[in-house]
Amino acid sequence: MNKFYLAFLFSALSVSSYARTAEEILKKNISDEQKGREIYIELDERDLGFGDMEVNVSMVLRNAQGQEIVKKQKNKVLEIEDSSVGDKSLIVFNEPRDVKGTAFLTFSKILEADDQWLYLPALKRVKRIASRNKSGPFVGSEFAYEDMSSQEVDKYTYKYIKNEKCGNMECFVVERFPAYQYSGYTKQVTWVDTKEFRPIKIDFYDRKSELLKTMEFLDYKQYLGRYWRADKFTMVNHQNGKSTEILWSNYKFRVGLKDNYFTKGNLKRVK
Amino acid sequence: MRIPYLWLLILLPVKLFAGELTGYVALDNRLFFEEPQFDEQRSNNAVSFVVEPEYYHVSKDEKDTITFRPFVRYDYYDSHRTHVDFRQFDWLHVGGDWELRAGFSKVFWGVAESNHLIDIINQTDVIEDIDGEDKFGQPMVQYAMLKDWGTLRLYYLPYFRERIFASQDGRLRSGQLVEYNDPIYDNGAKEWHPSFAARYENVLGDWDVGIGHFSGVGRDPRFQIVSNVYVPVYDVIEQSSVDLQLTTDSWLWKFEAIGRSGQGDRFYATVFGGEYTLYSLFESDLDLGLISEYSYDGRDENTPATVLDNDIFFGSRLTFNYSSDTEMLAGIFFDDQTQATSYAFEMSTRYGNRWKLELDVRIYGDAEVGTIEAGLEKDSHAQLRIARYF
Repeated sequence: MNKFYLAFLFSALSVSSYARTAEEILKKNISDEQKGREIYIELDERDLGFGDMEVNVSMVLRNAQGQEIVKKQKNKVLEIEDSSVGDKSLIVFNEPRDVKGTAFLTFSKILEADDQWLYLPALKRVKRIASRNKSGPFVGSEFAYEDMSSQEVDKYTYKYIKNEKCGNMECFVVERFPAYQYSGYTKQVTWVDTKEFRPIKIDFYDRKSELLKTMEFLDYKQYLGRYWRADKFTMVNHQNGKSTEILWSNYKFRVGLKDNYFTKGNLKRVK
Repeated sequence: MRIPYLWLLILLPVKLFAGELTGYVALDNRLFFEEPQFDEQRSNNAVSFVVEPEYYHVSKDEKDTITFRPFVRYDYYDSHRTHVDFRQFDWLHVGGDWELRAGFSKVFWGVAESNHLIDIINQTDVIEDIDGEDKFGQPMVQYAMLKDWGTLRLYYLPYFRERIFASQDGRLRSGQLVEYNDPIYDNGAKEWHPSFAARYENVLGDWDVGIGHFSGVGRDPRFQIVSNVYVPVYDVIEQSSVDLQLTTDSWLWKFEAIGRSGQGDRFYATVFGGEYTLYSLFESDLDLGLISEYSYDGRDENTPATVLDNDIFFGSRLTFNYSSDTEMLAGIFFDDQTQATSYAFEMSTRYGNRWKLELDVRIYGDAEVGTIEAGLEKDSHAQLRIARYF
């Protein structure tokens, strides 16, 4: 317990002392690949130390004809400080009603398949599932599992391209290339704002290197005086005309979720 | 079970205001493809109606939850299939690393797809469906410890739920009618004979491991012929079980085994197999899972008969990954000894946010006279369910 607390304090301290500005990164005499990585290290470090959080999620799935389905869920996340593994998360579905109570437990990994358990409330059954395919659609939406999972620096290699205006902000344009063997993408072009290091937009290129989807992060709010979270994600699939909007609401940080909450045994009692 | 709890349903609307009410109503239409095998059996088209609401209430500190989930089926033809049950009516209290659950509840043990061999806490509601996945709510007190070293669950099951069988009008039954209202017990306390169970489970890297033991009234009956009718006989048994699953990138490897004593000689049974998933089939969003499992059961004639005594199962699961969560399952059971073959096809899809369509097709091939399979020979059927969730 004490050890964890100390490590936590230490990482919080180290972040503030190392926080870099856009100018500091760009004027470094390093390759564009290293600049891209530095930008994402900074983005990651500015988000360190949130501990745990929960948030309500509402997904609006639209097909090419404009018909809508709404899916609602609650997400709980436990930050894992060790950067060689990803965070732990628990998702409980509430709507559509026929999947109400279905729950997903994920221990995300960097270069391997995640560990994933699925709870089926009608059968009261917990199933460990194969999860190699991070590129598959998340609950039938235009978001893939890999778009929704925890973003860790080592999941990609990077290349800084240029700075350009994005809305009324200035953005880095950084290309990133998934390191995971079974990723659905060859490349992502990302826009990150230069002041707060927040992701603003991502273009996804499929395995044939064609533009597949565009994701935008909208309506950022700051929590605990530090952590930026978008209230809205949009994802437009350019190839099939479908789109998905994710609305995040009721963010709560440091609600006291512990490692023992994110266990297979606990899946049976979450609501 | 004969506790007259129908009147409790009347109390339901009173409680509705505090928590959340969800659930579904459904219309099931079973269409049998052939004329019935036995004289009294009626109709090739069986319509029935199901309602399964769920009410639950969580305390402010989220430490206590009450769940109430009654189940009602009304069947026009088979009077025994018209039944009411508390699928769940329990209270859950969550401490830090422990929990206590008391009331009618359901517990699932196991990893296999084609055979729920080690699953023993609840009585199977065979009149709902003969796939063994529908269960009666079991009165229980369950204490669980969720620790670093794994999860240990202890069960006290004070009351035994008796199995219900089809009426003479009903389909999907054996040639012999079962008079189930007054079964024979090999213990003095009968249905009040307490049962106990324990289960330990843990995750060790890619392995999910479970060990369990059950001591009490066995859920599946033998039969005795008493003045020309079949009467269920329930024995006190001891059953130990183990289940393992190894999960790798695209493969799931599964193993379950039991050893049981108390019915004839001590015997062992197992089911094991694998599931391989082909992702993004033909560059689409479809995933195809291929499943193969083998069941072997070493029981003798003094134990309740099982269909899955020496059977191979091949199945495939097609997941569309659409917003409608459309899924298809197709499977074949082949009995290596009796050569009996049966086929199952299941499909489900959602329409809009509230409607769900489910199609189940079961085809039973010819079987040897005297086997369990022979009773089902003429009962190949399709069932279409239209459900509305609320």
